Amino acid sequence: MLLIDCPWCGPRDDEEFHYGGEAHILRPRDAAALSDEAFADYLFMQQNPKGPHLERWSHNHGCRRWFNMLRNTATNEILEIYPMGEKPKTEAGQAAYAANWRRETAAEKNALSGEGS
Amino acid sequence: MSGQNHRLANSGSIDRSAPLKFQFDGQQYEGYKGDTLASALLANGVHLVGRSFKYHRPRGIMSAGSEEPNALIQLGDGNRTDPNLRATRIELRDGLVAASQNRWPCLKFDVGSVNNLLHRFFPAGFYYKTFMWPASWWLKYEHWIRRAAGLGKAPQGRDPDRYEKTHRHCDVLIVGGGPAGLAAALAAGRTGARVILVDEGTLLGGSLWSDLDCTIDGAPGLDWVRATVAELQAMPEVTLLIRTTATGYYDHNYLTLLERITDHLGTAPDHLPRQRLWKIRAKRVVLAAGAIERPLVFANNDRPGIMLASAARTYMNRFAVTPGRRVLVLTNNDDAYRTALAMHAQGVRIAGLVDLRAQPKGPLVAAAAAAGIAVHPGQAVVATRGALRVSSVEIMKLTADGAGVTGSARKIECDAVAMSGGWTPTVHMFSQSGGKLRWSEDVSAFVPDLSVQAETSVGSCNGAVSLVKCLKQGLKAGIEAARATGYKGRVTAAPNVGEPPQSDRRDLWVVPGKKPLGHAGKHFVDFQNDVTAADVHLAAREGYQSIEHLKRYTTMGMGTDQGKTSNINALAIMGEVLGANVPGADVSRVGHTTFRPPYTPATIGAYAGRNIGAFFDPVRTTAMDFWHREAGAKFEHVGQWMRAWYYPKPGESLRQAVDREVKAARDGVGILDATTLGKIDIQGPDAAEFLNRVYTNVWLKLAPGRARYGLMLKEDGMVMDDGVTARLSENRFHMTTTTGGAAGVLDWLEEWRQTEWPDLKVYITSVTEQWAVASICGPDCRTLLAELCPDIDLANDAFPFMSVREGTVAGIAARVFRISFTGELSFEINVPRRHGLALWQAMMEAGEKYDICPYGTEAMHVLRAEKGFIIVGQETDGTVTPSDLCMDWIVSKTKVDFVGKRALARRDIVSADRKRLVGLLTEDPNEVLPEGAQIVEAVQPEPPMAMIGHVTSSYYSPSCGRSIAMALVKGGPTRIGETLSIPLAGKTIRAVVTEPRFFDLDGERANG
Repeated sequence: MLLIDCPWCGPRDDEEFHYGGEAHILRPRDAAALSDEAFADYLFMQQNPKGPHLERWSHNHGCRRWFNMLRNTATNEILEIYPMGEKPKTEAGQAAYAANWRRETAAEKNALSGEGS
Repeated sequence: MSGQNHRLANSGSIDRSAPLKFQFDGQQYEGYKGDTLASALLANGVHLVGRSFKYHRPRGIMSAGSEEPNALIQLGDGNRTDPNLRATRIELRDGLVAASQNRWPCLKFDVGSVNNLLHRFFPAGFYYKTFMWPASWWLKYEHWIRRAAGLGKAPQGRDPDRYEKTHRHCDVLIVGGGPAGLAAALAAGRTGARVILVDEGTLLGGSLWSDLDCTIDGAPGLDWVRATVAELQAMPEVTLLIRTTATGYYDHNYLTLLERITDHLGTAPDHLPRQRLWKIRAKRVVLAAGAIERPLVFANNDRPGIMLASAARTYMNRFAVTPGRRVLVLTNNDDAYRTALAMHAQGVRIAGLVDLRAQPKGPLVAAAAAAGIAVHPGQAVVATRGALRVSSVEIMKLTADGAGVTGSARKIECDAVAMSGGWTPTVHMFSQSGGKLRWSEDVSAFVPDLSVQAETSVGSCNGAVSLVKCLKQGLKAGIEAARATGYKGRVTAAPNVGEPPQSDRRDLWVVPGKKPLGHAGKHFVDFQNDVTAADVHLAAREGYQSIEHLKRYTTMGMGTDQGKTSNINALAIMGEVLGANVPGADVSRVGHTTFRPPYTPATIGAYAGRNIGAFFDPVRTTAMDFWHREAGAKFEHVGQWMRAWYYPKPGESLRQAVDREVKAARDGVGILDATTLGKIDIQGPDAAEFLNRVYTNVWLKLAPGRARYGLMLKEDGMVMDDGVTARLSENRFHMTTTTGGAAGVLDWLEEWRQTEWPDLKVYITSVTEQWAVASICGPDCRTLLAELCPDIDLANDAFPFMSVREGTVAGIAARVFRISFTGELSFEINVPRRHGLALWQAMMEAGEKYDICPYGTEAMHVLRAEKGFIIVGQETDGTVTPSDLCMDWIVSKTKVDFVGKRALARRDIVSADRKRLVGLLTEDPNEVLPEGAQIVEAVQPEPPMAMIGHVTSSYYSPSCGRSIAMALVKGGPTRIGETLSIPLAGKTIRAVVTEPRFFDLDGERANG
C-alpha cells in the first residue's frame, strides 16, 4: 500500500490512484511509415525493470490529474514525482530515462521527427 | 470437590474469586477468570486435546502462545462456529463450549490413528507419489484425502457477526507489549508523540508475567509493568490495544491490526462489532514482537504432556497451573533451568533435568544442584512412553560429537516433559516489511539485518537474550522514533535489572535415538503437519533441497501455525544434511521461506468489514426505479445499475412477456428506461477535434443539432465502446456510451486529453447522473410525443433522424434526441434526473390510448439484434476490430490519424482468416442457440474438433417468427449460405450463415 504524494492533493493512499504504465512512451507522428515491428515497440513493449522506473499515475478518486513518478519497483520507494509533459529532474530519474532502450527505437525517432529535437 | 487438581494453591494472575464453568468435548470443567482454555484444561489435568493432521497421533498443549501447533479447537456452534482456534489464545469465559478436531469417533479412540501404524506407507510426498494415476481418479482420491486429513469444520451459512474497519495515522506504532515494547512506548510517549502500542494478548508485560525471577529497580518486574502501563494510559496521545494482532506489514509503513473485541465475552452487546481491522499508516514502526521457544527434535517428542519449557513456566507463574506432578526437563541451554527452579520452588517434583550439554555451568546450573534437582549432563532423551500422555522417558549418554548415544538406557518416570531448544526471534513483521535477515550464530536463528522501511526491531525479536538489553533497546528505539517524527525528548536511562545470567547453548538439531533416524519412533519437527526429521532427510535425498521445495514437498510450515515452532529446526536439519554432502553448505545458505501476512489466522469477515451484502458494491437505480417496481418488473444487473429486464403480466413467462413487448414496440408504441447509458459533456473550442481523434469516423463537419454514431478503439485497434454523440452547439457535445463502459470511457478520454493532447482546449465531465432518459419507439410514438411536446416540430424534415432538439416535454425542459436502437421511429427524451419519474408517468398516462408498452432490456436486446446492431461487450470481447464486425463503413479512410488507426493496418488485423460477424439461422426455426456456443465445420465423434467461431447473441425473434443469432466465425461473410454445426451436450444444431441483419433490411421503419 503505497503512500503517494499527489502534486495537487498531497499524500494519499494508493487506493485513490490508478497506475498508468510506463511514462515517456512517445506516440509516433507518422505511424504509417513504421513497420509492424517498429510500431509494436510503441504499442506493446514495456521496460519492466527491477529498480527505478518512470511511470504514469492518475489520482483517479481524487483530483483526476495525471502525473509522472519515479518508483523503485524492487522496494516501492518513490523517488520523484513530476508533472506530465516534463522530464525527471533527479539524477536517478534522468539515468532511468536515458537507460531505456526505447530512446533508440524507430517509433521514438518517428515521434520526435519534426519537433526539432 | 474441584477438578482443578493441577492448580497451585496460590500465586498466579488468575482471579480465584471468579470461577468459570466450561465444556470440552462434552465434559464439564471449571477454571478461573484470567485463564486461557489451555491453562484451564491443564489445571484439570487434561493434556490430550487433539489428534495430529496426518497420523492422527494424540497431541497435547505444547505452548502458551500464538505459536501453538497442536491444541486446535472448534469453538461455538451453528454459523458462529470457528475452527482451528488455538486453545492457548482462547480466553476462558463462563459457559464456553469447545471441541477437539480431527478425531472420530472420539479423542481417546480415533479410527484414523491407523495411519500411525501404517506410517511406513505415508512418507513425505506420499500424496504426490501415490495418487498419480489413473488421472481421472484424482477427484475421488481428493474426497477421501480431505476427509482423512482434517482440520476443523467451516460454518455452512452466513456469518451472523458484524465486523468493522478503522483507519489511523500515528507517529510511532509499536508491535508487541512486552518489556521492550513498553519501554519504547514509554520513551516515545513521554515526548508527546502519537503512539499506538499493540499486543495480541490480554495483558501487557509479555515475558514478565512468566519470568518472576527478574527484578527492575529492585522491585518485581510486574511492578514496573503496572507503573509503566498506568503512565501510558494517562498519556492522551497514546493508544494501547490489547487482544490485537499486527497481521500484516505492507509498503510505506502501512500495517493492518486485527482487534478481537467481543470474542472473549459470553454475550456481546449489540453495539459492538465482533472484530475490528485497523489500517495504520505509521511514520515510524518499532517491532518488539518477542521470540518463540524451539522444541527439541527427539524420538516421539509429541506425546501429550511434552511442552515447551517456557510455556510450562508461564502456566506455573501466570496461571498457577503445573503441567505435571513429576516433570522431566530436557534442555540445551540455561533458560529451562528457570522453569525447573520455579517448579521446584512451588513443590513440583522434578523427575530429572536432562541437559544435552556435556558440562553445563553457571549460576542457574549451580542453583539447580543446590536445590537438589537431579541434573543429567551430556545425556539425551532417546525414547518416550505413554499412550495418551507421557508416562516415562529413557535417557542415554551422548557421544562427544552428539551424533549418537552410548551406554545403556535409563528409564525415568514422569507425567510431563518441559523442553527447550533455544529461542527463535519473531521476525515475521520485519521480513514482511521487506527487511533482509541474517543468520545469527548467537541465537542460531535469523535476525533482522537491513531495514528497508522506517522501522526498528528491538528486544528478543532482534536477537536480544537478556531483559536488560530488551529494555535498553526499547527505550532507545522509542526516543529515536519520536525524534524522527519531530518530537523532542531526552534519552531515559535504563533501569537496574536483576536477572539470572545465562551461558552457552548446544544445538543438536536432531537428538539421536537408540536406532538410526526413522527406525525407532518419530522425531517430529513440524507438529501440526506431522513432518519428521526423517522426512526432511528423505526430501534432501530426493532432491528437494531448496527450502521452498522442502516446504512444499513435506508440507513443513504449511499449517495454520505457519511453522512458528518448526521452521528453524527444519532448515537447520536440512543445512546439516547438505553440509554433509555439499562443501560449504550450512544453515545460513539454506535460507528461509517467505513470511507472509497474516501473522496468525485471521477472520475473513474482518477484512470484508461492512462491505458485504448490499454494501459490497453500490447499486445504482434510475429515477424511474420506483415505477418499474410498482409495475412488477423483473430486474437485471448491468454493471452497477439495476435495469428493468421485462415486465411480466400475471402468468407470463419471460419469452411471452418479451414477445409481447417487442411486438408493441414495432406495432404501437414502446417505452424504455434508457437512463443508464453513460453520458459525457464535452466542451471547448477543440471539442470537435478531440472527438475526431478518439472516434474512427469524421466529426469536424457535424452540424450543431445533429448527431452521429461513433466507434471508439483502443490504440491496438480493438473496439472499446460505441454510442451516439450529438453536437449541441459549435463548442459543445453530448456523448453517450454503453452502460457498463461509462466510467472507463471517461477515464480514457481524460488520459488522452491530459497526457497526449494537453494543447487541446477541451473539458470533459460525466453527466450520467444528471439526466433521466425515456426512450419511446414505434409507429405511434411521434403522435404521442406531439401531445406532450408543443414546442418542437417533430416532422421528418424539421427534426430528421440523427438530430437533437431542445424544448419541453410534459412541461419539463428536455433534450430530445431522434435516434434509434430498435430500428423504429424513436425519440430519446432527456430531462433532469429529478423529473425523470414525472416524465415517465406523464408518458404512460398520455400513452394509455395507444396501449403504450414499457419494455425492458431483454426486449431491447431482441429489437436491436433483429436489426443487427451490435452491443459492445457482447459481440466484442477486446479482440474484435471494426472490420471483424463488418463495420468498415465507420472507419474513416481520409483522416490522417485517430486512436487505433495504425494498428488496423497490422498484418494480423487484415488477415482473411479472422473471425468476423455473421448471422445464423437454425434449421429448426424454434431452436434458440445458447450464447457462447462453439461452432464447427464438421462434427467429429468426440472432441477435440476445430472450432471456427462462437455465438455472440441469440434470441427468439417475434418480428421474424423464428430464432435468430449473431456469431463471430472464421472467414465471416465469405461463408454466407454455408451450413455449420453447433455441437451441444446430447445434440448438434445445424444453422445457415446469413448477413447479420434479420428485419427491416432497407431501414425504412426509422422514418416512421
